Amino acid sequence: MSETVSRRDFFKISGGVAAGVGLAVSGMAAHSAEAAVNTSTNLPYRSKPIANIRTMKTNDPVHFAYPDSASPCVAIKTGNPVPGGIGPDKDIIAYSTQCTHHGCPVSYDPKEKSFKCPCHFSLFDAEKQGQVICGQAPTKLPQIVLEYDTKSGSIFAVSVIGLIYGRQANIL
Amino acid sequence: MSEDRLVLPPVNAHKTNLTCHFCIVGCGYKVYKWPENREGGKAPNQNALKLDFRKQIPAFSVIATKAQQTVVADKDGGRYNVLIVPDNDCVVNRGGGSWRGLHMASYMYNADKQPNARLIHPRMHTGDQWLDTSWKQALALYAGVTKKILDSKGPREIAFDSADHGGAGGGFENTWGAGKLMFTALQTPLVRIHNRPSYNSECHATREMGIMELNNSYEDAEIADCIMAVGCNPYESQTNYFLYHWVPNLNGTSMDKKKKWFGTEIIGKARIIYVDPRKTTTISISESIAPDRVLHLDIQPGTDVALFNGLFTYVVEQGWIDRDFIARRTKGFDEAVAANRISLEESSRITGVSVEKLKQAAEWAYKPKDDGKRKRTMHAYEKGIIWGNDNYAIQSSLLDLVIATHNVGGRRGTGCVRMGGHQEGYARPPHPTGEKLYNDQEIIAGKGMIYTAWGANPFQSTCNAEQFREVVLRRSRIVKEAMQKSRRATTEQMVEAIYDAVANHGGLFVVNINLYPTMLEQAAHLMLPAVHPGEMNLTSMNGERRMRLSQRFMDPPGSAKADCLIAADIANTLKELYKAEGNDKMADRFKGFEWKTEEDAFNDGFRLQGAKDVGGVIHSQGGDTGYLATYALLAAAGNNGVQLPIKEVSNGKLIGTEMLYTDKFGTDDGLAHFKPSPWKGLLPAVQGQKDKYRFWINNGRINETWQTMFHELAASNGYAADTTERWPMAPLEINPQDAQELGVASGDIVEVFNDYGSTYAMAYLVPTMKRNQVFMQFGHFNGVMGDVTTEAVDRNVIPYYKGAWANLRKVSSGEYKKTVSFKSRLYTA
Repeated sequence: MSETVSRRDFFKISGGVAAGVGLAVSGMAAHSAEAAVNTSTNLPYRSKPIANIRTMKTNDPVHFAYPDSASPCVAIKTGNPVPGGIGPDKDIIAYSTQCTHHGCPVSYDPKEKSFKCPCHFSLFDAEKQGQVICGQAPTKLPQIVLEYDTKSGSIFAVSVIGLIYGRQANIL
Repeated sequence: MSEDRLVLPPVNAHKTNLTCHFCIVGCGYKVYKWPENREGGKAPNQNALKLDFRKQIPAFSVIATKAQQTVVADKDGGRYNVLIVPDNDCVVNRGGGSWRGLHMASYMYNADKQPNARLIHPRMHTGDQWLDTSWKQALALYAGVTKKILDSKGPREIAFDSADHGGAGGGFENTWGAGKLMFTALQTPLVRIHNRPSYNSECHATREMGIMELNNSYEDAEIADCIMAVGCNPYESQTNYFLYHWVPNLNGTSMDKKKKWFGTEIIGKARIIYVDPRKTTTISISESIAPDRVLHLDIQPGTDVALFNGLFTYVVEQGWIDRDFIARRTKGFDEAVAANRISLEESSRITGVSVEKLKQAAEWAYKPKDDGKRKRTMHAYEKGIIWGNDNYAIQSSLLDLVIATHNVGGRRGTGCVRMGGHQEGYARPPHPTGEKLYNDQEIIAGKGMIYTAWGANPFQSTCNAEQFREVVLRRSRIVKEAMQKSRRATTEQMVEAIYDAVANHGGLFVVNINLYPTMLEQAAHLMLPAVHPGEMNLTSMNGERRMRLSQRFMDPPGSAKADCLIAADIANTLKELYKAEGNDKMADRFKGFEWKTEEDAFNDGFRLQGAKDVGGVIHSQGGDTGYLATYALLAAAGNNGVQLPIKEVSNGKLIGTEMLYTDKFGTDDGLAHFKPSPWKGLLPAVQGQKDKYRFWINNGRINETWQTMFHELAASNGYAADTTERWPMAPLEINPQDAQELGVASGDIVEVFNDYGSTYAMAYLVPTMKRNQVFMQFGHFNGVMGDVTTEAVDRNVIPYYKGAWANLRKVSSGEYKKTVSFKSRLYTA
C-alpha cells in the first residue's frame, strides 16, 4: 500500500471518512493500465480529470463521462460535508446518471439534493452516497470516487463504487 | 464476487420460472443457475441473456444488478451462481422489477453468508437453550402432545395461526396441506389466519353481495375511463401493477388499446380519484404525470361509509345509475337507497372533504359521457377499507355505489377489486364449525393448550399485540419450566410433563413453523424449518387470478421442508400413534397424507375440486375446474400462466377467465345483492382512544420492504443489507410543526403510547403530513405498530388496525440520521 500511495502522492487525499473511501478504492486503482494487469483483483480504472474545484458552484451539476464516453456521470458540490465527499469542504461527490433499475437518465433536483428517475420514479439521495430514498431501483446510484489536487484544484475521477447500469463490469 | 462486476450466465445455464413471491402482483422472473466456476462471455452469443456486454447496454434492455445475484449450494455439494432477471415476456410486469423482486436472490439461502439466520433443522428448547434435533424426535414430541390434548380435551384446545395465502409461506400446496391437517384430521375450530385474529374472510360483505374481490384483469386498469382508488397505495404495495397498467392509462399510452376495445365510444386518458387521508407516493407520482386528472379526497380517518353513502345518494338523485341493470341483475336497491341516504353536505361535514370535490368525484366517475355511454370506472381498494373502521359496513357502502352504477358485472374497464397483499393460493376443506372465534382473545383468556404459529408472526403483526405477546410469553414460560425440570426424560415422559403444564397449570405449548426463528422464538418450545419459493415447486394466483407454477431451482437448506410435507409428516406420525394403540377410527382421520412431493399435495387438494371421481366439498380458488390444471400444463404456460377459473384445455393450453360476473353474480339467485349500510361513527374502542390521545397513528407499508420484513428481521447481520440500511426501524412520518412542538427531528427515536401499549419508531419529518396525524410503518420488527392498536373488530372479527390514536414522546436522538436518508419520498415533476 505504501508503494501505491507514494506513486500517487501528489494527490491530496481528503481526510476523515472520505479518506477511508479514497484509500480503500483508489489506492488500488491503477493510474496506468499496465500497473493493474495480473496483479490487481480490481478493475483497471484510469484517473480522469473531470472538473476544477475553483470553478465548481454549489448545487450546480458538472456533467462528465466515466470510465468511458458511454457512461454519463455528474459531479455535485452539495454545500454540506457528505459521506464520501472530497474537497476542502468534503462536499463534492459524483454519481453515474444511469438509473440502476432500467438505465433511464436520472436528473438532479437541487432543492432536495436528490436524483430522480422519470421512468419508474426512483429517488436517490445525493448526500447519502446514492441511497435509494424511494422506488424501484434495487441498488444505490453508483458513486464515482473522486480525488483532487490541492495545487491545481483539479478533480479526478478514479474509480466506481457499485455496478453501472447495463454492464457486466464497469470497464467494458 | 466483486461489487462492480456481474457473473454472466453462460448460454447453457439452467433456466426456470419464478413468480415473485412477495406482493400480490406476482411479477414473472427467469432464474438462471450454473456452476460457480463458469461464466458466460460478453458477446451476445456467449451469454444466456443474449445481450452484447462488449458495449453499454441501452436503457430498458434488462435489469441485472448485484442484488439479483447469489451463490447457492445444493445437497450434492455443488455450488452454483444464480441470477434472477425480470421476464420481458410476462404480461404482468413486461420486464419490470420491484425493489423486492429484484432482491429475491439476496434472500435465497446463500452458500457462504448467514448460515445461522434460517432454521435449517428442527429445534427443541431444552434446559435454557435451543438444540437442533431430528425430524423424528421433533415429530414424536409434536404429535405426542397433540394426541394427548386431542384425546383428553378435544380439538378445541389445539390452536393454530396459519398463513392462508399464496407466494412465500403459502401456495395452493401448502394451504391445502396445513388445512387438511387442521380441519379434516384434527378438526379444530381454534384457527386464526396469519394477519388477523380469527378465521374469516377479509371481504365478507362483498362476497355476500355476490362479488368476489378479484373480478377483473390488470388490463381493465389500462382501459378504464376512471379509477376510484380507495385506501390503497399501489406505488408502494402493488408497484408493477401501478407502473405497467395504471400509469399507461394516465399518460395516454394505452389509448390504442382503448380504441381496440371500445370502437367509436368516447375515450380519453384516465382520471384517478384517490381516497386516502394522507398524500401518498402514488398520489404524488400521479399528479406529476397528470395534475388536472388526479383528485385527492383526503377524508378524515374512518369516515369511508359517510363518503360512499354521500356519493351513492347523489348519483341516484342525478340519475347517473343503470336502472336497466339494477332491474335485471340486482336486488335490494330501494332498501339500500333508503338506509344509506345522506346529503353531500352531511357527507362533507363528516369526511372533511368539500362538497365541490365530492361533486367533481361523482362527475368524473359516474356522470355519463357526452355520447350518452356510461363511464367505465374501476374501483380498487385495499387495507384502508379492509383494516378500516368496520370493514363490513365500508364494503357494503362501496359496493352499493359500484353496483348501482354498473361498474361490476362484465363491462370491460370496470370491476371492483382488492389490490391485495400476498398472492392468493387458497385450497382447504371447510372450517369444521364455521365459528368466527376471536382467537387472540381466547388465548388471552387462557384457552388453547398447544399453539402452532405456521408461517405467521402475531408478535410482530397482530392487533393489541402487546397484551397478546405478554400472555403468550407468560403461559409459554410455564411449559418451559416444566420441560427444564424433566431431566433425562424420554419423549413420552416429556409429553406427560408438557401436558401437565398446559392442562393443569395454564401453560401453552408453542410451536413455530417458519423459515426463521422470528420473534416467536422467545415463546416457542419447538421450531420446524420450512422452505420458500425456489426451494419447492409452488402454485399461487395474483390479483387478476393469474395462476403460475413457480419452479424449484435449488435445494432447501439442511432438512427444511415444504409446509405441505410437514403437515403430512405430522398427520402420518399421529396416524401411526393411533394405529399402535389399535384405534383405527382415529387413525382413519389422519389418512390421505401419503405425499412424497408438493405435487402430490397439489393433486390431492387443488385438483380434487370438480374432479368427477371424488366426493367432498373443498373451498378452492380453482373452483370446479381446478382439476384441469397440472404441473406439466402450468410449466408450459410459463410466467403468463392462466387466469382462474380455467375454462378448458385446448391444444395443450390452459384457457382461463379474464373477467367474472359477465352473466351471473356469485349468489344463489345469480343477482347482485345491495346491502343497507348506514353511517354509524367510529367503533367504540377506537373512539375511546381518539377522545384521549392527540395523534392518529395511520399505518401501512413501504415499497422497499413490503412483504419482505420476515427476511429482514433475520437478515440484520448481512444479506439484503441495503434494505435494512434504508429502513432499520419503522419510520414515523410526522408534520414538521408537530415535530417541532415535541422537540423531534428526523432520525430521532419516538415513543408511541396509549392505553393498549407502547412502541418505538424513527421520526421522518414530512411537510405534507396533516397536523395531529402521523403515519407509521406496519409490521416492522423494530417498532411494532400493532402494540398500540385496540382489540376493536367488525362483526366478522376483522380488526380496525388503522384505528389507533396515541401520544408521542421523544426518546433519543439516535444514530440513524448518519446513515438513513430522510428526504421526501414524494416524486415531483
